[in-house]
Amino acid sequence: MTQPKNFAFGDDEKMLRDTARKFLEDSLPTDKLHQLVAGNPDLYRDPESLWDEDLWQKIIELGWTTVIVPEDDGGMGMSLVALAALIEESGRVGLPSPFMVTANSSLVLRECKTAPASRLLGEIAEGKAVTLATTTKNGSWLAADCDVELSDGMLNGTAWFVQDARKVDSFIVKAKNSSGIALYEVDFDAENMEIIPDAIIDLTRDQAHIKFNNVQVSDEQLLAAAGQGCAALDRAEPGILTLVSADICGAAEWQLQTTVEYTKVREQFDHQLGYFQAVKHPLVNLMIMIDHAKSLTYNAACAYDTEPENAAKFARMAKARASDAAAFASNRSIQFHGGIGFTWECFVHLYTKRQKHNQILYGDASYQRAKLADLLMGPVAA
Amino acid sequence: MSEDRKKDTPEQAEFRAYCKDWLASHVQEAPPVRLPQSAIEIMHTPQMDYLRKWQGEAYAAGLIGCDYPVAEGGGGRTGCQLIANQEMQAANKPFLPNILGLGMAAPTIHIHGKQGIREKLLPRLFSCEDVWCQGFSEPGAGSDLANVQTFAEKKGDKWVINGHKVWTSLAHFADWMILLLRTDKTDKYDGLSYFVVPIKSELGKSVEVRPLIKITGETGFNEVFFDNLEVSEDYLLEDLGKGWQVAQTTLLHERGAGPFVTPSSGGATSGGSGAKEGLHVGGAHSLINLAKSSARNGRTAADDPVIRDKIMEMIIRQEGSKQGARRGRVEGLCDHPMRIPLQSKLVMSEIRQDAGALAMEIEGAASSLYINDDNAPAGGEWPLAYMNSYGVTIAAGTSEIQRNILGERVLGMAKSK
Repeated sequence: MTQPKNFAFGDDEKMLRDTARKFLEDSLPTDKLHQLVAGNPDLYRDPESLWDEDLWQKIIELGWTTVIVPEDDGGMGMSLVALAALIEESGRVGLPSPFMVTANSSLVLRECKTAPASRLLGEIAEGKAVTLATTTKNGSWLAADCDVELSDGMLNGTAWFVQDARKVDSFIVKAKNSSGIALYEVDFDAENMEIIPDAIIDLTRDQAHIKFNNVQVSDEQLLAAAGQGCAALDRAEPGILTLVSADICGAAEWQLQTTVEYTKVREQFDHQLGYFQAVKHPLVNLMIMIDHAKSLTYNAACAYDTEPENAAKFARMAKARASDAAAFASNRSIQFHGGIGFTWECFVHLYTKRQKHNQILYGDASYQRAKLADLLMGPVAA
Repeated sequence: MSEDRKKDTPEQAEFRAYCKDWLASHVQEAPPVRLPQSAIEIMHTPQMDYLRKWQGEAYAAGLIGCDYPVAEGGGGRTGCQLIANQEMQAANKPFLPNILGLGMAAPTIHIHGKQGIREKLLPRLFSCEDVWCQGFSEPGAGSDLANVQTFAEKKGDKWVINGHKVWTSLAHFADWMILLLRTDKTDKYDGLSYFVVPIKSELGKSVEVRPLIKITGETGFNEVFFDNLEVSEDYLLEDLGKGWQVAQTTLLHERGAGPFVTPSSGGATSGGSGAKEGLHVGGAHSLINLAKSSARNGRTAADDPVIRDKIMEMIIRQEGSKQGARRGRVEGLCDHPMRIPLQSKLVMSEIRQDAGALAMEIEGAASSLYINDDNAPAGGEWPLAYMNSYGVTIAAGTSEIQRNILGERVLGMAKSK
């Protein structure tokens, strides 16, 4: 299969993206984001989940959660490229919301091909927020690794690093038995389940680990039967990596442009900071990294829909380059703001923290390159 | 690779099919001598003659100058040079020798040349009957290009040129030169004018070409001295004093950011296939083969996790650059129209350099072996490629100048000195 030259980014996608950009810029300027999430710098504060639920309702009304839900399930059935463009815009404003986790969940659900998965996709199209509870205590992103046991219709164990756990209505829980990996939908307020918030660096997200102590599940909740869950997660993974990369690209562009603007207003030695090549050249290098990351991200998104045989390869390239761009953007944006950049009141730390989280999410740059090497070079001989 | 050929328009699809057919039936004789790695390293007449024949055949078949008007010797098509390039590269044809003509002189002459001059010069440029070179840099005008001092003075109806150009690739074969010079010593930028001048016919008279030897040991670039060279005013591009503006067209194309796609072929050389592929975007995959055939710490280099990481990083940068060129043509995905085009030369040249350095790291002890050693991996082409890469990070505005341009024109930062 071949990709369209324009990454399938046509007039419809552009209109959707342009509308989203304007809406988010108006709704969540950075000073408002700072007020929303950075009110309490106390090191020992209780883990918080700070977000604007009214803004989320407006996003639902705009239809963003329906974009990649298939038309048969009540969605718009658009391309991953269209969704990546929306995620990029939400990364640009540092949006705290269950948008990305619900999108990631939709990608997994589309691969399940079961009636409960179809039903849940329809509910997502109507505004239900869902996140994945699929990671282990040691932070493994591998589909086959699992700390939750399934037996006698009960879940026991703990799911770790659950993203935006306190913003959602239900979880997609990975559980294993002797037949393999299954996926269940479990409600936010299910009995015998404890959601324990993690104290995290990123102020624009929340994260938790979820303890299951004889949580009862039924066939209506069974999204993928034992033995089917891994394949669904694996097929969705390139899409998930692509969306995280898109968020990184948007946030990195904010970091670049904000820092560039600062080099135009701050003067030392009778010159704007941007006059000095020790400042100018690294920002150009950052721009190039962001452009690579963005190009690779749109290529990966387009490949996910039109070139599945190359989806994993291109997604790992995108996430690797994006993660490196995130690290460099964070590093230079603080450094070039000088003393003020080291303070809580300067906005750049919001993005540095979001990017640190983005970098590790579903594997950082060197992790992606190792997985890519396995694809392109074969595994290392034992 | 399938991603090279995204969906074409009907005209492009038809043209692509034609290119494929012609290339499949075209008989490429083996080169009679070792070919260098690129056109700007062509040293000897047998190399040039072989490559000139190939360019002439490709032009006659309509694969060169596709997007130029028919009256100027072009194909009169739209968006087809890229198609021809992709197919010539896929067919692994030799590179095109008249690179400075195709890449820089042609678009400049087409956009700024007088009627009559365009029709006279461009067909012979495309066919490689005339080889072109570029007279820009001087001993005192490198990064500060506008400081050129070569001077033209009007005497009667002729312009008389005196001066000294350097780093002039292909001057030893060139029939013509694009020439940035000074016609007014009182104004740095508005005192510049732009000519096209015949040089081969004046060799031994008013023009002297002296070869320079590169760090690789190769020749290919030169010094050129003008001693009262007389040219007609027909060869002035645009008005007197507009040289700097005309030069921007040349430089934009030289950096891969101009409106005309430079005709470009496969780059097949007679060197090791590993090195050859690595010189092209998308070709870092040859590093994988090199790693599989190189030993490191008691196993193959392909099993060394650090080497694997470095190769993947290189492949990702190459793919990023390739996808960037693709995204640069999608207006909706670019916030600034020149942001990606102006990165092209900087990114490509540094990838090439870093790929060369990585290849040598993979080769280990054997990377000490050079072209004339029978035991050298890939015929010693990688060390040669690494050293040659400095030609590209320095020429056409150094990487440092490129970063200034990007920071100032795209990001709008204060101008550096």
